[in-house]
Parts: sequence; structure tokens; C-alpha cells
Amino acid sequence: MSYRRSFRFSRRQVVRGLLATTAFGMATKLNACGTSPEAGGADTADTAAEDTADTAAEEVVVGFIYVGPKDDFGYNQAHAEGAAAMASVPGIKIIEEASVPETTAVLETMRSMIEIDGAKVLFPTSFGYFDPYILELAAEFPDVQFFHAGGLYQDGVHPDNVGSYFGYIDEAQYVAGVVAGHMSKEGKLGFVAAKPIPQVLRNINSFTLGAKSINPAATTQVIFTGDWALPVKEAEATNSMADQGIDVITCHVDSPKVVMETAEKRGIFTSGYHANQGPLAPEGYLTGAEWDWISIYTFLGEQFVGGKTLMAGDIDHILRGGLADKFCKLSPYGPAVSEEAKADAEAAKEKLLTGELVIYEGELKDNTGKSILSGGEKYEQQNIELEKMDWLIEGVKGSIDG
Amino acid sequence: MAAESLGLWGVPLGILAGTLRGSAPFLFVSLGECLTEKSGKINLGLEGTLLMGAMSAYGVSYLTQGTLGPFWAPWLGVVAAGVSGMALGAIHGWLSQQPRVNDVATGIAMIVFGSGLAFFLGKPFIQPQAPQLFTLDLGNWSSSPPIQAALKISPLFLLGVLIAPLLHWFFRYTRWGLYVRAVGDSPEAARAMGISTFKVRMLSIVAGSFLAGIGGACLSLYYPGVWTERISSGQGLMAVALVIFARWNPIQCLWASLLFGGAQAIGPAFQSVGVDSYYYLFNAAPYILTLLIMVVTCSPQRTLVGLPGALGKDD
Repeated sequence: MSYRRSFRFSRRQVVRGLLATTAFGMATKLNACGTSPEAGGADTADTAAEDTADTAAEEVVVGFIYVGPKDDFGYNQAHAEGAAAMASVPGIKIIEEASVPETTAVLETMRSMIEIDGAKVLFPTSFGYFDPYILELAAEFPDVQFFHAGGLYQDGVHPDNVGSYFGYIDEAQYVAGVVAGHMSKEGKLGFVAAKPIPQVLRNINSFTLGAKSINPAATTQVIFTGDWALPVKEAEATNSMADQGIDVITCHVDSPKVVMETAEKRGIFTSGYHANQGPLAPEGYLTGAEWDWISIYTFLGEQFVGGKTLMAGDIDHILRGGLADKFCKLSPYGPAVSEEAKADAEAAKEKLLTGELVIYEGELKDNTGKSILSGGEKYEQQNIELEKMDWLIEGVKGSIDG
Repeated sequence: MAAESLGLWGVPLGILAGTLRGSAPFLFVSLGECLTEKSGKINLGLEGTLLMGAMSAYGVSYLTQGTLGPFWAPWLGVVAAGVSGMALGAIHGWLSQQPRVNDVATGIAMIVFGSGLAFFLGKPFIQPQAPQLFTLDLGNWSSSPPIQAALKISPLFLLGVLIAPLLHWFFRYTRWGLYVRAVGDSPEAARAMGISTFKVRMLSIVAGSFLAGIGGACLSLYYPGVWTERISSGQGLMAVALVIFARWNPIQCLWASLLFGGAQAIGPAFQSVGVDSYYYLFNAAPYILTLLIMVVTCSPQRTLVGLPGALGKDD
């Protein structure tokens, strides 16, 4: 043993103790200095807030939480663009936090937005934030409104201050499928999907139905990667599908950037998702299904400023819409798209806008041969059955059970 | 356009292509870790180094494309990745050699630090496209597009394949290699020989982190060729496990990296030919492989062959 044990305090311990005490003292002193101007700042902020309260309505603080970065060419970028539009509504103040995982981390983020920033409305945008995180905080803060993008809200089951909004983006996927059905030489399409949840399955099915409306023999090969953002797996999936002779690929993952770039390198067509990925694949990009949160977020922002709330019943708990209600849109057509494909896609879009075309109309079978809808039956877009989808339509190659 | 289908041949081809494309990061990180561990210190922080390397390579390649052109800018990115790795390595090398500091704990701190720094500095590079490294098209003899695509090999991968035997030779037949092994196996003997264990370990960790940084450049400048915060998906940590699997032998590191790179392609390759069941299991193949290796190699009855004597000891 090289340590000296004869003294109770070694010189080193004494020096350390003195240093630690000094550091502690300095830290508390500096802290004290730090707080006084801050307190002054808070005072002025309070008076400022009172001033505005006297003259006009109070600012409504709205918090947005994203699961990934805000400029990922994907899901989060679409929401962030919408949030920026809401920020331009007078009387709305936006606070944002990006890259918050679907874990207890989101609880902390929501809590600090409510307690520190004074947020009255929260938009935790990712699917997995809902249960149990949003539900837990919604029960704790009954005067804060929570809006969730997805189909998980159930009337009567979930708290009154929770609402859900979502777009029937599968309408845009249907139109993209029409284009894909035209452009694929052998009718072999590919779909890189993250997880087999209803929204994803609905996009796969609608894309396939769109393609089948042009080429009844068209098939869609699905590859599930297992999570929302796995760049290496997504690239592998795209490459394996290209190896199998698939020549149009679309996807439903958080950031389609990898899929689009990999497909472009392999010289095959792509159809985008979430946002416009045209610049990533200048040659092969056909079109894409994009979110259009700008109109809905602007609308909601105006409601908040007007003092309307979910709890009072002024805002619907379930907000839904498709192409007609501007919840989603299509990317501009790429240079490769033929005139014929454009004409058919525009025709399909027109029919969807007028409500003439119902995507899920009998007779429909799933890919195991089980009947979903018999002839004459149909699921309208608003049908809640579609939000519980657990089947893949005939023509899709893949299975949900892992 | 790829017209013909390969059918079931797509599976072996997919796995082969996945091996050639995806194993480079594993290879660089495991070689770096091999060098580090041979000197008697473990560096778990290579996960953070990998991310930092990926970010700096992508960022530098993007920022310098205007002045250097799309060919040389990625190469400067590769150098930047290595240098950023060296910086992180120097921090770890210094910290982990302080008295009564545990190198595993420091390594975990370096994972958090490295990845946090990479995410913070990498924010502006998520969206733009950076010029990529060129590839050697070895498949031009074939008329089949899938084979041509599979054989687009990155020069970095070939570099890694060359470094493996070189490192083996270095350990075995050079004076400096002997120093590293001596410091790793028996620091007392090394000190008696008049070697500074601090300097040797510092240099080994810094050089190892340099390699790991280049591994990050493979991710962001070759395959999959983007910078996102999820780019590494634990590859840095897997590579650490892989070194144990490879028994601290650089040549075996090469085979192990190829195996892990190929394992990543199993899930998608099977699904693309219509084998749909158990895709969660196939997708998890690299992780299951890591676990299996741990279970198989960590037996209480015997010690590992090739384990550096001073590894994990407080000396």
C-alpha cells in the first residue's frame, strides 16, 4: 500500500477540502448575483404581460414537440413548417423542442413547457407520445390542451382536454399510386415501412389500390424495418428491392431522405412522403404524398386566440380531412412522369376532391384471401374501421405478423 | 433501369452487397478498439467518436465543396473525421489514465459527450446534401445492374481491409508493436524496460480514435451517405463487442466486421423475396449476434485467449 494511513487528514485532503469550500462559497455568491437581475427581468416581463392584457388578449403559448430534427425532409419538417405558419397568427407564441424520444423524456419536455414556459396548448406530434405520456399529463393538467397527430384518441375514454387531428394522407398516396402504376414497367412497386401500425398499413393499401386502378396486376412489396429511423436498414431495404427488379419505391419512415437518395443512385423511380423530396432525386422523383399542416395549424391558432378550447367543446376532439380539406397535398410531378400518368392522376385527384371516388370499395380481399368488403359495401374515409386497419390488401407482398 | 428480377438469388447477393457496403464502419471502429485495448485500456466512447466522425466528415465535405470541388471535399471530410476522433481520443486518453479513474466509466461519459456534441454541431447539416466519396465500380464486367450496384466498393473499405493485416504485422514484428503489447500485458515490465505507459496508451487511444472517426466518415460519406442523429444505431458499441469476439486479433476483426456488416442485410434481403415471418428477429440479427457472442465468450470457467493482461485492471 502506497497510501499513507498514519494521519487522519493528509495534506492533500486538507487542500481539497479548502478548495471545495472556496468553490462552494464562490458558487453560491455568484448564484446570488445572478438571480437579482433575473428577478428584475421577470418583474418587467410581468408588467409587460399586464400591459398587453389591458390592451389586447394575452399571448397564447403553444408548445410543439418533435421526435427528430426539424429539417429532416420528413415528418418533423412537415410539422415544423405548419408550426411556423401558426406562429404568424397574431397572439400566438410558439415554443419548440426537437429530437425528443418517445420515452419519459417527452414527459419532462411537456412538463417544463407547461410549468416553466406557461404553455396552454401542446402539440406533441409523434405517434408514440400519446400512450401513456400525453394521457398522464392530461390528467394532471386539466386546463392545458393536448393535440395529438394520430388516430389513437377515443371519445369518452380519454380526458376531455385531449384532441386528435390527422389527415387522410392515403388519398394523396392513392394518387401517387396511380402515377406509380403508370411508370412502373412490370408493375412491381416497393414500400419501405417502419412499423405495421394502422396509418402505415393504410398508406400501403391505398398506394397499392391506386396502382391497381391503372395496372390490375401491380404488386407492392413491403419491407418493415422495425423503427422510424434506421438509415442503414432503410438503405438495405431499398437496395434489396432494386435487386428484385422493383422500379418504383415509396416509404413511410420518419425521414425518407435515405430511401430517396439510395433509389436515385440505383436509377429507379421514387415517390415521396411527408414533405417534398424532389430536390433529393431530381431524375427519379415522380410525385409524393405530403402533409399540409399549414392550413389546419393556422385554423387552430385562430381558435386559441379567440379563447376557444377543447374542454368547452368549441373545438372538435377529432379533426380529420383529406385532399379536399387541405390536410395533405401532392408534390409537383417530376420530369419523368408521362403526360398520360399526369392526366390519370389529376382525374383521380379531382374525383377524390369531389368525393366521387371512395378508395375502399368492395369487393376487396386481403392478401391472405380473406374478404374485407363484399361487393357494394364501402368504407368512407371517415369510417373508424379504417383507423383500426390490420390487413394488407390483395396485391401487397408482405405480412404484418413479425 | 433494373428490369430483370433475381428471385431467391437476391438473398445471397443482398447479404454479400450488404457486407461490402455496411461493414466498413465496424471494421474501422473494431481495428481502432483493438489497438486501444491492446495497450490495456478500453474505450467505450468510440460510439460517440463514430457519430462525431460522421458529423464532421459530412459537415466538412458540405462546407468545402465550393472551394475543393466534389472530388476532394469528401476526402477532406475523411481527414476531419479522423482529427475530430483524435481530439475525443485525447480527452479519453488523458482522463482514463488519471489515478483511480475507471476507463469504462470515462468511456460511457465519452459516448454521451461525443454524441451530444455531434448532435449539437450537426443540426445545420441534416438537410443539405454533401458530396459523397467516389466508389470503385468493380462490377462493370457484369451486365446485371444488381451485381454492378453490389460491387460499387468504397476505397475506404479497401483501406480498412489493408489496415487489418498491417496492424497485425505492427503488433507482431515491430518494436513499437512490442511496446503496445508490453504496456497492455504487463505495465510493470514495460516500466522496467523504460517505456512510459502513459505515452504509449495515450498514443494508442488517439490512433484508435482516429480510425473510429474514419469509420464515421464511411457512414456519412459512403453508406447510407447521410447525416442524421440515428446514423450509427449502436454500431460503435457493437464494434467493441466484436473486438472481444475477434480475440484482439486484427485479422479476425476483419472477418468479424464482415459478419456483422452482412447480418444487417439479412432482414431486408429476406423480406424482399417474400420471406415475411420473423422479420423482427432478422432485423435484430446484429444485436442477437452481439448477445450470443457475449454469452458464448464470457464463461466463468476459463479466461479468454489473447486478452491483454492489464485490460480492466486499475493500473
